[in-house]
Amino acid sequence: MSSPLAALFGRELRIARSVGGGGAMGVVFFLILVSLTPFAIGPDLNLLSRIGPAILWIAALLSTLLGLDRLFQADADDGSLDLFIMSSTPLELVVLTKCAAHWTLTALPLIAAAPLLGLTLGMEPAALAGVAASLLAGTPALTLLGAIGAGLTAGLRRGGLLMAVLILPLTTPILIFGVASASAASGGTVPFHTPFLILCGLSLMAVAGAPFAAAAALRAREA
Amino acid sequence: MLKYANPTNFLALAARLIPWLAGAAALALAVGLYLTFFVAPDDYQQGASVKIMYLHVPAAWLGMMCYMVMTSAALGTLVWRHPLADAAQKAAAPLGAAFTLVCLVTGSLWGKPMWGTWWVWDARLTSVLVLFLIYLGLIGLWQTIEEPAQAARAAAILTLVGVVNIPIIKFSVDWWNTLHQSASVFRLGGPAIAPSMLWPLLIMALGFTLLFFTLHLMAIRNEILSRRLRRLSITAAAAEDPEVAGEVFS
Repeated sequence: MSSPLAALFGRELRIARSVGGGGAMGVVFFLILVSLTPFAIGPDLNLLSRIGPAILWIAALLSTLLGLDRLFQADADDGSLDLFIMSSTPLELVVLTKCAAHWTLTALPLIAAAPLLGLTLGMEPAALAGVAASLLAGTPALTLLGAIGAGLTAGLRRGGLLMAVLILPLTTPILIFGVASASAASGGTVPFHTPFLILCGLSLMAVAGAPFAAAAALRAREA
Repeated sequence: MLKYANPTNFLALAARLIPWLAGAAALALAVGLYLTFFVAPDDYQQGASVKIMYLHVPAAWLGMMCYMVMTSAALGTLVWRHPLADAAQKAAAPLGAAFTLVCLVTGSLWGKPMWGTWWVWDARLTSVLVLFLIYLGLIGLWQTIEEPAQAARAAAILTLVGVVNIPIIKFSVDWWNTLHQSASVFRLGGPAIAPSMLWPLLIMALGFTLLFFTLHLMAIRNEILSRRLRRLSITAAAAEDPEVAGEVFS
């Protein structure tokens, strides 16, 4: 059972690395979003360091969702998706594997880049660690929720914007607890682990539930 | 019950029910509004602005109830693949969005004199706003997917995912410290609201519910008719040009 999924994981990585894969685009978009914010808000480092976790989280949210509308689109276009649906490997595991590959390609570089960008926003070392930890715990949930939207909009024209409209409202709790735990790391009345554990719980719930919803959405495309 | 799952029987039933429901809704709303404006007392702190409650609270209840109706219809779509459930889902989304918007707007108008602000980002207000956004997303999904049965299945899945928000709305005032007051009608130990205000509120809620069912039945009827029209126009086109039929039905 594990070898087809391992092969799928490898395939996803190879496709993203190849020409036209656009694997690095998410982290570049993240960089641009974060560096535009000080121009909008002004270069006041006290203010920026206070709202730094929020800036990094919003940028991470948008750049995670950016590439997700392509998650099933290419497979739907070239017919691989029908092969996944017909294969003996459960579609839910295929979805989970594709999400894991997508997360490795887009979220992991972003988490690595977040502390560096946090430095430019004048954040404290504790806050930098908090942002990285909260992104590490929260981005799986973002990817998996996005997979539901990607499944619903696979094969549609104008699917990209619709996916964001469908999924962004549902990401509210992840954003709330992500920013809460990132902010709690640099002091405040709430201990770090309270929002952080809720965030971990949200991600685990997404791992447990979202593949089923996304797989159902992919099957719903067939009449 | 199963007899009315047939769209033709349903249309006949709807034609008989709609006038009665509409009449009952108009009566309940008229009585409710009369009680609201002429019988229910002003609040000793809030004055006459407490009257907003008689619109705000039923709209909020209906915004959530509509989502539960939509969720039941979504189960009907996914489990039984019933076209009537598809129509019920599609008809409920704009109604729910409207009731939720009424709830948000009246709440905002009530918040300005009472809290001193149009809006606060607390748990209750934010979760109701998320409900509104989910309704808008569903309407967008319905408008984007052309094939009705496929749109119904996609909307059903999204509806079931979004239903997690309903308990969050309900319990947000208990789980978090919010500016919004906690439940005062449906709670353990009975309503914490004076009978002189409770009765007008319940009659308004009854009127809103009847209004919802009237509009919902009418919208389902329109949806069934528009689907028949779509099918007829495809059949007519197919009769003229067999090649079109091959494309449409493939």
